[in-house]
Amino acid sequence: MKMKTRIYSVLVENRSGVLCKVAGLFSRRCFNIDSLAVGETDDSAVSCMTIVSSGDERTIEQIEKQLNKKLDVIKVKTFAEQQCITRELMLIKIKYNKNNRREIMELCEIMKVDVVDMSKHFMMLQICDTPERVKLLINMLQSVSIVEVARTGTLALAKCAENDEN
Amino acid sequence: MIGADAIIKCLEAEGVTTVFGYPGVAICPFYNSILESDIRTVLIRTEQNAAHAASGVARMTGKPGVCAVTSGPGATNVITGIATAFADSIPLICITGQVNSELLGSDVFQEADITGAVESFVKYSYLIKDVNDIPRVFKEAFYIANTGRKGPVLIDIPIDIQNATINRFKYPEEVFLRTYKPTVKGHAVQIKKVIRELEKAKKPIICAGGGVLLSEAQEELRTFAEQHGIPVVSTMMGIGIMPTEHPLYFGMVGNNGKPYANRAMNESDLLIMVGARVADRAVSQPDLITKDKVLVHIDVDPAEIGKNAGPTIPLVGDAKHIFQDFAKEEFSCNCREWVKILEGYRSTMKPVRNPNPAYVDPAVFITKLSESMKEDAVYVADVGQNQIWSCGYAKVKKGKFLTSGGMGTMGYSIPAAMGAKVACPDKQVVAVCGDGSFQMSMMELATMRQHNISVKIIVLKNNYLGMVREYQHYTYKDHYSVVDLSGSPDLEKLSAAYGIPFLRMENMDRCDEIINTFLKDDSSVLLECLIDPMDLVK
Repeated sequence: MKMKTRIYSVLVENRSGVLCKVAGLFSRRCFNIDSLAVGETDDSAVSCMTIVSSGDERTIEQIEKQLNKKLDVIKVKTFAEQQCITRELMLIKIKYNKNNRREIMELCEIMKVDVVDMSKHFMMLQICDTPERVKLLINMLQSVSIVEVARTGTLALAKCAENDEN
Repeated sequence: MIGADAIIKCLEAEGVTTVFGYPGVAICPFYNSILESDIRTVLIRTEQNAAHAASGVARMTGKPGVCAVTSGPGATNVITGIATAFADSIPLICITGQVNSELLGSDVFQEADITGAVESFVKYSYLIKDVNDIPRVFKEAFYIANTGRKGPVLIDIPIDIQNATINRFKYPEEVFLRTYKPTVKGHAVQIKKVIRELEKAKKPIICAGGGVLLSEAQEELRTFAEQHGIPVVSTMMGIGIMPTEHPLYFGMVGNNGKPYANRAMNESDLLIMVGARVADRAVSQPDLITKDKVLVHIDVDPAEIGKNAGPTIPLVGDAKHIFQDFAKEEFSCNCREWVKILEGYRSTMKPVRNPNPAYVDPAVFITKLSESMKEDAVYVADVGQNQIWSCGYAKVKKGKFLTSGGMGTMGYSIPAAMGAKVACPDKQVVAVCGDGSFQMSMMELATMRQHNISVKIIVLKNNYLGMVREYQHYTYKDHYSVVDLSGSPDLEKLSAAYGIPFLRMENMDRCDEIINTFLKDDSSVLLECLIDPMDLVK
C-alpha cells in the first residue's frame, strides 16, 4: 500500500477538550500524527488545528470523514504538500566554543537563521522555514552539541491560486 | 427554580416518561426534583443495566432512552452500557452527577473524568458549568442523539450546578449547531444511478442492517422488495425487518448466519447494503465482496461508506427517505429466475443438527417458542450460543428482535427487555439468555419485582460459557480454560427467593405444554431449559 502524506487544516470550536477529542480520534483509529499545531484564528471562537498525517488512500479518506463526524469540527480541508505553503518555527539551543563559533555564524547566514539569545557558552537560534529546511538545519548542527530543541509543528494554508479557482 | 428542576422540565418537554438509574450524593438534587414530576423512576440494581434498559426503551419507541446515575463509580459503571448503545447506534441520554464544579480536577471523593472516559463511546458529551446552559444543552443532546447516525449523548452535571438558581427557564424550540447537519435526503443523481444498476442486474440482493430499523424504514424496504421481487438478506441487527417466513427473505448473513444467505450474497451481481457497517462478523472479507459485483452502500453516516468495503456506489442519507425516493422511480427488475435459484438454496442448504434427546434441543425449542409468541411480541436475545440459536431459529412475525450486535455485551437481555416492557406494557416481552449471561444481570429480578415489570425469562442452561467453550473446542481441541460454570445457583430456589414463578424443561417431551404455561398470561416467569453442555451452534 502506498503511503502518502496529507496536511489537514481543521477548524474547530475553541472549547476546552476539543484538542483531546481530535487527538484521541487519531490514536483510537490507529492514524499517525506526524505533527500537530493549534492556535486561535481571527475569530476567537474558532481554533485552527494543522495536522500532518500519513497513510494509504483509504486511511487518508477515513481521517477526513471521521474528523468531519466530530461535532466540534467546523470544517476540514485536506491538502497534498504541493497544494499549500508550509512553515515551521524552531528554537534550538546549542553549546558553542571559540573554535566553531565562526562556522555556526556562517551557517546561520546561509540558512537565514537568527540568533535570538546568547550566553558565554550557549546560543539560541531561531529558524522559520519549511519543515524540510528545519530538518536540514538540525542535521547541519549535529556536529555541534545540541542542548535542546522546540518545534511548533507544521502550519499550512492553501496556496492563493487555490482560492482563485474556487 | 434550580438546575435540577430545569433538567426535569427539559425531560418533560422531550416527552420522557421513565428514567432508569441509581442515585448517589452527586445526583441527589436531580432525584429530589423528579419527585415533583410524573416521570417514572426505576431503581436498577447496577448502573450498566440502566443504560441497557434505556436502550430497550429507545429501540421500542424510536426516541432516546434516559438514564441517570451518580458521579465516580456510578458513572464508570455505566460506560459498558453506553458503549453497547454506541456500537448499535442506539439513541440514549445519559445524565451523570458530578462533584462540585469548584473541586473538579482535585481527585475528591467519587470524582471521575467521565466525559474524558467515554469520549470514544459517545456521539457527544457535555460537562455543564453554568446552570443557564441546561435548557440549550438538553435540547441539543436530544437532537444529536436521535438524528443522523443515532447514538448516546452524555451530560455531566456538577452538584452545585444542579443546586444553583436558574434565572429564567425557556426550553428552546430549535437547535443551532453550525457543525452538525446530517444528510437525510439521498442525492438524486445517486438514486438514479442505483435504479439503473437495478435495471441491469440479473442477481440483485438487498442486505438490510440495523440502520433500517433505526430510521423506521422496514415498511418502505419491504414494499420496495415486494414490488420488484428483489430478495433480501439481513445482518444480525437487521433481523425483523422482513418477517422470517417472508418468501423474499433469505436469512441472516455472516459467520453465524445461514449458509444460503451467505451464498446468495456471494453470488449476487448487485449488492445493496442498507444501514449496515459491513463489519467482520457479517462479511468475513469485506474488501473482496466487490470483486465480481456492484456494491451500493446506503448509510446515513458517510464515514461508513468505504470504511470496510469498497469501491462502491455511495448513497448517503436516511434509509426511509431513500426508499421513499426509490418508490417514485418507475423501472422493471427481472430477477424471478434468481429468486428461484435462491429458493432452491434455501430448501436444500438447511443446517443439519443431531440433537441429544436427553436434553432440550435449543433449535426446535426456539422455533416453537417464537411461533407460540404473540404476533407483535418482543424477543430479546442475550450474547453467547443463545444469541446464535436465537438468530438462527426465532421466527419474527410483526414484532421486534433485540440483541447487542456490535458490542456483544453479555447480560444485555434482561435489562433491555425490562426497558422494552416499560415502554410498551401491552406487548409480550421474552428475554432469552444463557446461564452465563443470566448471572451477569440476575440482580435485576429484584427491579422487575419492585416495579412490576413483567418479563418472561428463559435461561438456556448448559453449565458452560458455551460460546467460548465452542471456540476452545475448535481452536484448542477441547482444551477448556475458565469456561466451567459449576457453582451456579439453583434457579428454582433463586426464583422463589425473588418471588418469581419457575418452570423447568428437561427435554423435549413436554415442550409444547411448558411453552403454553410459560406464555399463558402476562406475568413474569423464569423458564430453565437444560441444554446438552456439548451442544454446538455450528
